[in-house]
Amino acid sequence: MYTQGLDAKAEQGNQPSPRLVTEEEGRLQQGFQDRVDAEEKIEPRDWMPDGYRRTLVRQISQHAHSEIVGMLPEGNWITRAPTLRRKVALLAKVQDEGGHGLYLYSAAETLGVSRDELIGQLLSGKAKYSSIFNYPTPTWADIGAIGWLVDGAAIMNQVPLCRCSYGPYARAMVRICREESFHQRQGYELMLALAQGTPEQKRMAQDALNRWWWPSLMMFGPSDEQSAHSSQNMAWKIKRFSNDELRQRFVDATVPQAEFLGLSIPDPDLRFNADTGHYEFGAIDWTEFNEILKGNGPCNRERIEARRKAWDDGAWVREAAVAHAAKRKQRALKKAG
Amino acid sequence: MSTDLHREALFGFTLRLGDTSLVLGHRLSEWCGHAPELEEDIALTNVALDLVGHARMLLTYAGELEGKGRDEDRLAYRRDVFDYRNHLLAEQPNRDFGHTIVRQFLHDAWALELYERLCASTDATLAGIAAKAVKEVRYHVRHSGDWLVRLGDGTDASHAKVADALGRLWPYTGEMFERDEAEQALVAAGIVPDPAELKAAWAARVEAVLEEATLERPADGWMQKGGRRGEHSEHLGYLLAEMQFLPRAYPDATW
Repeated sequence: MYTQGLDAKAEQGNQPSPRLVTEEEGRLQQGFQDRVDAEEKIEPRDWMPDGYRRTLVRQISQHAHSEIVGMLPEGNWITRAPTLRRKVALLAKVQDEGGHGLYLYSAAETLGVSRDELIGQLLSGKAKYSSIFNYPTPTWADIGAIGWLVDGAAIMNQVPLCRCSYGPYARAMVRICREESFHQRQGYELMLALAQGTPEQKRMAQDALNRWWWPSLMMFGPSDEQSAHSSQNMAWKIKRFSNDELRQRFVDATVPQAEFLGLSIPDPDLRFNADTGHYEFGAIDWTEFNEILKGNGPCNRERIEARRKAWDDGAWVREAAVAHAAKRKQRALKKAG
Repeated sequence: MSTDLHREALFGFTLRLGDTSLVLGHRLSEWCGHAPELEEDIALTNVALDLVGHARMLLTYAGELEGKGRDEDRLAYRRDVFDYRNHLLAEQPNRDFGHTIVRQFLHDAWALELYERLCASTDATLAGIAAKAVKEVRYHVRHSGDWLVRLGDGTDASHAKVADALGRLWPYTGEMFERDEAEQALVAAGIVPDPAELKAAWAARVEAVLEEATLERPADGWMQKGGRRGEHSEHLGYLLAEMQFLPRAYPDATW
């Protein structure tokens, strides 16, 4: 899971630095840009501008953190899944998310940061993760809504990242997208079972859609007028489409799916424009989005506290593993010497 | 020995194994997102996934043997504590990571020896389930055994924690080797392995790992029993209340 909106502020740091660029640097930068323009992949040992490296570290690690924090709201329902088939599917899904976190931390490590450093930034609150996971999952239908809407929105964002100019990130995304699209279908199928179920189940499904619809639209980040700093990321081919373009694609794909479920999208202004072939939708309440970014979402504190607790409670385990590895090495040396 | 009696005994055996897998899988799944490191979040979830997978096969088969139309979900979600037949070991709470690992290793070592033998069962369905499960359980026992060695032979603090867990959990291991008359008949028919022989193999496996982990094997004193007959600890009721909430709250729904 990943949201472009996270980088809205961070991108300001990517503007070309005001200091003079030496001739040598200028040549390197030109060579780099030429390769990017030619759709060549940039690899870890290649020269790259500092801003490019910083942007990628930030974006990939935020993406990794989002996968890890995202395990919590969904993990919340593993022990209560209503059938064994659903339980196994949810376990597998949450496990996949842990796996995505792992590839993404590894991709970030190719840029010269360590996983522990990045996790430290998450736990200290310095690093961001997708705000969508600061919403709670009070009912079983939330598991369906997350798969259908949140993974659906994530896929819109992530498919273009498979063509990202940075090789390790692009390759990680290929695998992640394959799994995410499976999760999305699974989520939709779960919603379908509810929508076709008893009146109580249908009510549960509608309630979840009501709560997840707008936050899902916010996952694409601020509107293009508000997000003026993304041009550099476009030039670097880290980003391929604007926030509004991707949001529109998501709405166009999702509204007919909701209709098929017999559920209503909680937007009185939603209508199909036959001239443009697109759905027009109401204004997004960015106040809520900004408050959650500031840490005032319903679950911001709980999510980070849960991650910190896992980390702190596990300290003795990690220490034991290190101590044991050292003992083994010592014994092997003794044996050899 | 009539086939009907075999069938009933086999239902009991399969249900016990299925319930033990399900309850232990549930316990492990409680770790998801809360493990000491990301690799363990993934590994514990993966073992949980395998165990629930085994439970599905076993409960489905148990339902068929019973012949009353109960499927895996009916058995998992609509029985109360006294109808559950899992080992008491499986329902013990996670406490800390060390306690979870000790519980898991004591179980995995048993499950591996059991499934290896069940692959040769004269009951083709059970042999088929075992053939699938044994591949996964081989990995489980390596995972829990490796961790037990790391924690036992790690720091003083980690050693103390797993030694304490081992002392607490050892009295729950006797139940894994109990047998009643009905099961005796299954042993005679070559359907399930002989518990005495199973116990010797389990003990050898456990002792080898404990030695590497610099842990002492507790003495076989009084053993806690009852899970196999539906007599459980207080923990199982809460576990089932959580697991069964949705089907109980919405009895007419399909999911």
